[in-house]
Formats: sequence, C-alpha cells, structure tokens
Amino acid sequence: MIKEDCSTTCALSRKDFVSDQQVKWCPGCGDYAILSAVQNTLPSLGKKKEDIVFISGIGCSSRFPYYMDTYGFHTIHGRAAAIASGVKMANPNLSVWEVTGDGDSLAIGGNHFIHLIRRNIDLNILLFNNKIYGLTKGQFSPTSDQGFVTKSSPHGTIEEPFLPGELALGAKGNFYARVPDTNPKFMTEVFTRAAIHRGTSLVEILQNCVIFNDDIHEAITSKETKEDAQLILEHGKPMIFGKEKNKGIRLNGLKLEVVTIGENGVTEEDLLIHNAHDEDPTLQLMLIRMSLPEFPVALGVIREVSTSVYEDVLIDQIKTAKEKTKYKSLDDFFNSGDTWQVK
Amino acid sequence: MVSDKNTIEVEKIVIKFAGDSGDGMQLTGTQFSDTSSLFGNDIATFPDYPSEIRAPQGTISGVSGFQVHIGKSGIYSPGDIADVLVAMNPAALKANLNSLRKSGIIITDIDSFDKKGLEKAEYITNPLEDGSLEDYKIIEAPVTSLTKKCIIDLNLGLDNKSILRCKNMFTLGMVYCMFNRSLEQSENFITTKFKKKPELVTANLAALHAGHNYAYTIELLASAYTVLPADNKAGLYRNITGNQAVAWGVMAASERSGREIFLGSYPITPATDIMHELVKHKWFGAKVFQAEDEIAGICSSIGASFAGNLAITTTSGPGLALKGEAIGLAIMAELPLVIVNVQRGGPSTGLPTKTEQSDLMQALYGRNGDSPAIVIAAGSPSDCFDFAYIACKLALEHMTPVILLTDGYLGNGAEAWAIKKTKDLPSITPCLVNKNVKDWEPYLRNPDTLARYWATPGMPGYEHRIGGLEKQEVSGKVSHNAENHEKMTLMRAAKIERVKKFIPLQKVKGKEYDDLLIVGWGGTYGTVFGAVTDLQAEGYNIAFCQFNYINPLPENTAEIFSKYKRIMVCELNMGQFANHLRATIPQFTYMQHNKIQGQPFTIDELKNKFIKTLAE
Ligand SMILES: Cc1ncc(C[n+]2csc(CCOP(=O)(O)OP(=O)(O)O)c2C)c(N)n1
Ligand code: SF4
Ligand SMILES: [Mg+2]
Repeated sequence: MIKEDCSTTCALSRKDFVSDQQVKWCPGCGDYAILSAVQNTLPSLGKKKEDIVFISGIGCSSRFPYYMDTYGFHTIHGRAAAIASGVKMANPNLSVWEVTGDGDSLAIGGNHFIHLIRRNIDLNILLFNNKIYGLTKGQFSPTSDQGFVTKSSPHGTIEEPFLPGELALGAKGNFYARVPDTNPKFMTEVFTRAAIHRGTSLVEILQNCVIFNDDIHEAITSKETKEDAQLILEHGKPMIFGKEKNKGIRLNGLKLEVVTIGENGVTEEDLLIHNAHDEDPTLQLMLIRMSLPEFPVALGVIREVSTSVYEDVLIDQIKTAKEKTKYKSLDDFFNSGDTWQVK
Repeated sequence: MVSDKNTIEVEKIVIKFAGDSGDGMQLTGTQFSDTSSLFGNDIATFPDYPSEIRAPQGTISGVSGFQVHIGKSGIYSPGDIADVLVAMNPAALKANLNSLRKSGIIITDIDSFDKKGLEKAEYITNPLEDGSLEDYKIIEAPVTSLTKKCIIDLNLGLDNKSILRCKNMFTLGMVYCMFNRSLEQSENFITTKFKKKPELVTANLAALHAGHNYAYTIELLASAYTVLPADNKAGLYRNITGNQAVAWGVMAASERSGREIFLGSYPITPATDIMHELVKHKWFGAKVFQAEDEIAGICSSIGASFAGNLAITTTSGPGLALKGEAIGLAIMAELPLVIVNVQRGGPSTGLPTKTEQSDLMQALYGRNGDSPAIVIAAGSPSDCFDFAYIACKLALEHMTPVILLTDGYLGNGAEAWAIKKTKDLPSITPCLVNKNVKDWEPYLRNPDTLARYWATPGMPGYEHRIGGLEKQEVSGKVSHNAENHEKMTLMRAAKIERVKKFIPLQKVKGKEYDDLLIVGWGGTYGTVFGAVTDLQAEGYNIAFCQFNYINPLPENTAEIFSKYKRIMVCELNMGQFANHLRATIPQFTYMQHNKIQGQPFTIDELKNKFIKTLAE
C-alpha cells in the first residue's frame, strides 16, 4: 500500500523506519540490537526516507533490509557491494547502506569488498562479524580464529583469519570503525559518523550469534571485563582505558605497549593521542591489530580520512564532457563523421 | 585519382589484406573500406586477427587479416573467397592462399621473401619461384625497400622501425590505384591521426603516394578495377561495426526512454569494444563502469536498474557463464536489464577471436530454477543497432532481463548503416509506477504485459523491499508457500510468453509454399540470405526464414513451418537452435547443417549443401 508521504513535511522518528515484516532472527541474536541502533540513527541524518536504500547479500544478517521501511534489496551471496555501487552511481543523491556478513563480504564477496573500498564510493558498509556462517548453520568463516572447531572444521581450522580493518586499510580504505553489538548508544554514534563520512565507510560490528557461536566476543564485551578489554578511541583524545581509567597506550620504538599512569613515572603526556585523520595508516593498523590478552581491543572510529569520492569524479567528468561536446544532440552525433548521401 | 586508364567494371570484389600482426593490416583494411563507402560502394568487412597480440613476427600464428567486400549492391556478407590477396610476407600468403579464388590476384612484398621470411613461414622452396602459384596472378612489389627509400630521402630523422611501419600505407596506395579510388579520405585520416607528430604525417603520406605512383607509373597493375557505387535506398549513410551499433542503439533507447545509461562491464574479446565505444559518450551522460569481474559488471548494472537507470552489461561466453546467478536475481526481482553477449568459439576460453553461435543454450537455460528471459539475436552489423534498441525497449516495458546475442563476426564486422533519426524509432514507455496505478504493491502487474511496476528509490511513498527470495504474488513479501511458488513460476513464464504479442510476426523470403525451408538465426543472416537469393535466382524451390526473436519465438512460427515439405536449420554450432525448435515446436522434423570451425559459413558451401539437399 502507498503510505502518505510525510517524509518531506514532518520529522522522522525511529518507528518510521520499522517495516511491517516480522523480524525472524533467533531470539537473543545480536542482529536485533544492530537493527534497533540503525533505526535510531536514521532520523537524525536529515535524509528523506525515500532517499535511503539498504542493500544486502545473503546470510542471517542480510535479511536486514526486510525489516527497514526504506527502499531495500536483498540480493545474492557476496554481491551486495557491487549492487550497492551500481545504486549509488546511478543516483548519487541516495544514502546507500550495505549490510553484510563476514562470509558474505570476506569470503565469496571478498573481491567486491576490496574493490569497493579502493574506489571509495560513498557507501556505508555494516559488516556483521559473528566469526561464523550463521545461515548455513555453523561453518567457520574467514574471520574465525585459527584452530576453531566447527561442523566443517572438526579438527580445528588450518587457516589464518582476516582482520576486516586490516584488509580494509590494505585496500586503501579511508573510514574504518569497530563497535560491539552490546552498546546501542555507541553503535548509533559510530553509524552516524559513518553516514556523515563521504566515501566508503566500513563499520565492523562484533555481533553475537547465540546459536552457532555464542559468546565469541564475550572477552571483549562482558560487563565484568569490558573496561579493561576495550580501548574506546576518540580523535584527538589520549588513549586511556581500564576500570580505573589509569591505563594507556604508548609508543615504544616501533611497537605499542600498555602502560599504567602513575607507574614508572608514566604520565598522561606519554600516551598516544588518537589521530583518525592521519593519512598514513601505520599507527591505525597497529591499533586494529591489538588483541587480548596483551592489549585491549580498539573500538570506535579508527580511521576517518577525506579524499576524492568516486561518483563525484564520475559526475564531474560527465559534466565537463557535456560542456565541451560539439554535438548538439544524438542525431547530430549520428550524422557527424564520414557519411555519404545516396540519392 | 586515376581516370585515364583502362578500367574494368565489376559488380563485387573481395579483397583480403593480410600481414604480420604488427603490419597494420586492420588499419589498412578499414581505410580501404571507409574510402570505398565514401565512394558509394556497399561494403561488408571482417577482421580476422590472432588471439596473441604479439605472436612471433613473421610466423603463421602471427598473421592478421582484414577482409573487405565491396560491391555495387547486395553485399550481405564479407564474402567467402577473396579475389585479391594482399600478402605482406610469406606467412600471410601461406595462411590465406586457400581462401583466394583460383586465378585471383596476389600482391606481395617481394622483399619479405628472403631466406628468413620463408623459413619462418615454413616454406621449403620459394612459392614465388617454384611454380606452385601458377594459377594466380602475382604482383611482386618491393614494398619494404621502396617505402624505406622514399622516406629516408625526406631526412625526417625517423628510426628504421618507424619507417617500416609506413609499409602498410605504401600497399594501401597501390590498392587505391588498382581500384581507382581517391586518396583524399586517407590523407585526411593520416593528417588527423598523427597531428602531434608532423614527421609521421609526412612519412605516411609519402608512402601512400609512393605506393600509388608505383602502381600507376610502372604499370605493374594491368588494369584498374572499378566497382560502381551501390544503388542503395536514398538517405544518409555511414559505416558502422556491430559493436559500435550496439552502443549507439542503447544511446538511442536512452534518448527515447528518458532513462540514463549505466553500463557495468569487464573486458573480454570480442565484446570489449562496446564498452570502449560507450565510454566515449560521457557527453551523452553514459555512465560506464569497468568492474573487477563479470559478476560485479552485471551486479552493478542490477543496482543501477533498481535505482532507475537503463542498465546494460556486455560480455562474451565465459563472462555470460559468470553472470548466470545474477541474471536469475534480475528475473526474480523483475528488473529491466540488457545483457549483450558477443559470442565466440567455446567451451571454456575456446577460440576468443573466432566467431561461433555458441551460447544459445546458455542464454536460454544457463541458470538455476525455471528462469525464462527474453532472448533476441542480431543479424548483421547494422542490425545490432536495431536489436540493441529493441532489447532496451523490451526490458524497460516488460521489466525483465533481455539477452541480446551477437557474435565476433558481427561485432567486428562493418557495413553501411542508413542513419536513423531517433524520433522515427518506436517509442519506449518504461513500466514506471505512477499516480494512476491504483493500490500499488511491489508485485502488482500491468494487465497487458504482466510486468510489475517499477518504483525507484527517491520516489516518496513507494518504499519497498525486493530480493532473490520467492515473493508472494502482488504484495511481494517473502513467501515460502507451495502454491504461491508454482503460481509465481508460471507467472514469470507467462510474462515472457506474453512478449509474443509485442514482437513482429516471422517473415519468409521466397514462395510461401515450397519444398525446402532454410532456417537461420542471428549472425549467419548475410551468408544464408546470399546463398538462398542466388539459388532462387537460379530457379530453385527454396525459401528462407531468418530468426531474430529466439525466446519467445514469433507467434506464427509453427504456421510457417507447416507450409514446407522440409526444414533445414543452419547454424555455427552443433544444433542449438534446432534443439530449441524441437523443444518448443516439436511437431516438425528439423534437418541440420552445422559448421563448428570458428569461421562463418561461405555462400558457396551453403549453395552446394542446399542443391544437394533439394536433389535428395
Ligand atoms: C552462491 C551461494 N553460495 C552459497 C550460499 C549459501 N550461503 C548462504 S549464507 C552463507 C554464509 C553466511 O555467512 P555470513 O555471511 O557470515 O552471514 P551470517 O549468516 O553469519 O550473518 C552461505 C555459505 C548461497 N546462498 N549462495
Ligand atoms: S543463526 Fe546466529 S546469526 Fe543467525 S539469526 Fe540465529 S543467532 Fe543470529
Ligand atoms: Mg557470519
């Protein structure tokens, strides 16, 4: 049914983005919290509802567009990045969101993933990383830890996992953020930043699959340990974390280290200040690679660098070609060049 | 222009330019055909080049050829057998001799027939001396040495390599003289092409004139030929290749439908030139996206289609295989999409630079599930314009993927195109949702076409979700209901079947009731038509049906078939169209004539086959 168009006249609220479809993820799945955070993010973006599009691949996470009352397209496994790219190039005015899983975008869709990021098309990627194939009932994924035992790896996986952030920066990514599905407010903040950033924004969401990989992010997200396990980065602020807010990250030679303020003469001055805008990704990569137990896990916007956007240049080239063309019309073009008249 | 010589008037002539792939034969052939069409000849051309860009110099595998068929009228194909062969080296002679008419003319560069050249071409004795070419008329021109001499004399400071590159212009000059053509078109071409390098302009012009003068003054050419201008229908003409024509047809469809063009594509021979052509037309607003692979090519186009563009993707056989899953998505999502497949020899990498009607079955059935799409095929290079236009029209009006089949022979081949005015083309009305559509839902259908209405992002009030999962009829909500799936499967088939009502009826060339009906489809049109026309003129009881609409077939197909005693399907594969006819119109018996050599039919071989069949 066609609903009254209110988007241009009245302010939108969360419920404007809730579709009439019953949400069918498993009870307790982390996807619910992400859906809710996205619905909370959109009203503040100042975009009309009809100008928002969600494109997904295949996987549990990729059911997402059905639950959003916007334009949406649930496509095929791995290809959301390419389809979303086409949507954005066709109509650059749209706010386009790609929803994808760790298998969808890093295994079957790995090629499209890196090339989308390299091109820097202005899209927002929400990568639901549950380190497992949910929809196909529990095989290891490209982000599963080495040795991980699943139905398809009863003796433990043999391969090294990808870190999505590392891959994105390797592919010349300009925006990368990481958030846990357990912190709605934090998700909304980061999603907003991703939406505002012009260029491809990748948000990796540490998502819990209660059925096939429950508590895989527990060490990072549990209430008891999270303050010591999470380093929440803010651009321009020192890297401080811990229950007592007395731990920090310092650069020692070419390596990062955890230090305690007040011990061994360490002061806040000695800590690294987060620079998300640094074009050189070296430090940002070091932050992405930090892992428990030696280090806390870096969260928030790790890299946010502005550079030229693919479709801006495309539109510009078209504009210039239109201004410069000698053809007045298509017929004029057909009739130009070497022609001859038969009488 | 030579006007004072004895000239012989001929109706048609086939000239093959052959040389090493570095010799510039494609350019020479194109120049000759452009000049001939400006002169008013009917032309058809066919480039035949090696798949390795730089095969070893002087060897048979490195031979590149370009065949030009010019005539007063009635040129439907690039011609079977050459009347004149320009062979720039021994390998070019060896590779092409069997496609030269007995008593035909061979123009060679005598300088290249040295020990090394002969060895590379694996000649044991020099064919120019051992009497093996007795049946032919041989013109031995010192092309290399004369080209060198005339350019060195100018003191332009060019290196040996650059000088030798002008050999092809020397030969072109000779051929212009022989066929009584003006040099003007090529002079202009050279001047513009090397605008930034004046010394190359001078060198190439010198070689062109030297070749022309050489042929004329030394009178090595016994008599010049003249092929009179064609008596084509009145109008403005230009030359067009099939790949160019596809791009232009899509541009015309964009103009008439008001939808911007989006092309997502990945390079593959022989389809890449469509992308090369379209990307030149940013001035027209065409968005061309070179994707990371064929899958991203079609998927970006599907995204653009969802967002309201006239979306196309171009490829060849192996690329079509990669696109299969995504075509299924477009069928399920019922989005307009044009897939152009420029066929080449298969399977696998097959014969990338050779032609074959290889992918009919793949186009019809190469997907999971019952997933019908419209399939059409163009018959000649200029036909590619019309069928690209029709492909866009059908996709936009019927909300479905349309697969347009052309082939390497059409894509690279050129012929004269009577320039169309965009306003004279049939109108295109995309099946867009509008205020008059009552109770719209994503899968509500237009009762005439059964197409669902297109609502694109940016249109307020029509926010909706689609996808590859089966949809509830009308509402478009995800549905796993058993009856609904059957209903929707039948609906998707009925929607394609319904297209029959919107395409022209099948026509026949020849008498309506006859003995033998020859059936062809797509790119073999020129040769099959030529063969049947000749036989009809000789009084044989034979008729011809050229199919361009493959799925669905025109409504009157069975009615036509019922009027002939025998039906023979000719195609460049093992019998894919014959099998399609057996599956869709099983009540008839279909004889087959097939060729799977990566080469087009020849008129002669078809005529022989048809005469034999008629006598049986
Ligand atoms: C071409 C193709 N291959 C395989 C599948 C089966 N398949 C569906 S989802 C999926 C993996 C999903 O994992 P992920 O992307 O991590 O999403 P999640 O379910 O965990 O959210 C696979 C292998 C498919 N649908 N299509
Ligand atoms: S299988 Fe896992 S990821 Fe999928 S819906 Fe259930 S809990 Fe969520
Ligand atoms: Mg997963």
